[in-house]
Amino acid sequence: MLHYVSQILPSLLSGAWMTIKIFFWTLIASIPLGILASLGLTSKIAPLRWILKFYVWLMRGTPLLLQLIFVFYGLPIIGIIFQRYDAALFAFILNYTAYFAEIFRGGFQSIDPGQYESARVLRLTRGQTLRKIVIPQVIKIVVPSIGNETINLIKDSSLVYVIGLGDLLRAGNVATARDVTLLPLVLVGIIYLLMTAVATYVLRKVEQHYRAWR
Amino acid sequence: MLELKKIKKQFNGRTILDNFDMQVKDNQITTIVGPSGAGKTTLLRCISGLEKIDSGSFTLDGKPFDPANNRDNDNVIGVVFQDFQLFPNLTVLDNITLAPQLVLKQSKTDAEKRAQKLIDQLNLTGKEGLYPYQLSGGQKQRLAIVRALAMNPKILCYDEPTSALDPDLRQTVEDIILGLKKQNVTQIVVTHDMEFAKNIADQLVRVEPIKA
Repeated sequence: MLHYVSQILPSLLSGAWMTIKIFFWTLIASIPLGILASLGLTSKIAPLRWILKFYVWLMRGTPLLLQLIFVFYGLPIIGIIFQRYDAALFAFILNYTAYFAEIFRGGFQSIDPGQYESARVLRLTRGQTLRKIVIPQVIKIVVPSIGNETINLIKDSSLVYVIGLGDLLRAGNVATARDVTLLPLVLVGIIYLLMTAVATYVLRKVEQHYRAWR
Repeated sequence: MLELKKIKKQFNGRTILDNFDMQVKDNQITTIVGPSGAGKTTLLRCISGLEKIDSGSFTLDGKPFDPANNRDNDNVIGVVFQDFQLFPNLTVLDNITLAPQLVLKQSKTDAEKRAQKLIDQLNLTGKEGLYPYQLSGGQKQRLAIVRALAMNPKILCYDEPTSALDPDLRQTVEDIILGLKKQNVTQIVVTHDMEFAKNIADQLVRVEPIKA
């Protein structure tokens, strides 16, 4: 069995690397974009608010699987062609930005307006107020929800299978079909569990960091 | 001297301040008293620039002054809020030094040196590394005062400084305000507590509700 595991492990790890890349870049892009979109969702500029509300409604109201298929198989019909990996990242970032925007919107709205006034009488600029006062408080509020979405993202990344991207699930499925054994899928499960365990550990550390104040 | 002339302020069609005149003399304590809903806090918010006035004018040392668009760091109007509004994510020292560093462009060392003086003066020594939630009500208020003083305000305003405190801490607040007067800090204190107002005031201004 060990010999078989050592035979299929490279392809599984290569698939896991793809999963990690999608996870990492989606997270890196969609958190700051989510913050920006959440500011737009609470903006005084009504058209911007309407557009962003529609975007969030669309992204959260339709399956990520459909969005992936739409980007990779649908958009080429109108001449917009993405490579598999780019299509996956594009769809994931669009989808997760919407979720993070909603989470951050809730965070921003729970900040006491007095904090902005307090910063204003101290002459802090809007940017300084956001960076030094508001965003750290918002992050503390949203960390648990962001954590849930982060764990979901690891698991959702397996959806790229549908556009033929060689991720962890695909690597396992190919090995199972070829060798007629369940072991590759069990290994896939273990690798996903390891990845979510690492993410959970990191998120717990982040929560602990923000527990210093309340 | 800060002078308010014919200040008018309305909220949702209701007149809060109507042709309101007031003078705030340098190095004195001006207390603003009046019943709840009379517009004391609104007046303070107009003076500190948190609310725009509908009409009227301000002059500071004889020159026109617009608190709502005041970017002159020599004319800061400091505010100690009723609920303090300390920054919970920053330590005591960082609450005090943040604005002097970012706004007054003081170096970290200079800002901390000045902060330490004020911390010692207002009896917060040893609390520098604590977060606001670790302070008592009285300590929070003293921190709010120190934070405002660190910006070298031209005038320091207090909104109901005794309302969030136990009665026995009122004397401490009185002592702090009178102590700052000795250091030539011009102060405006909004309060509904007449006894407190009389104890500290050089000038007492009454704000009455405006009948519709």
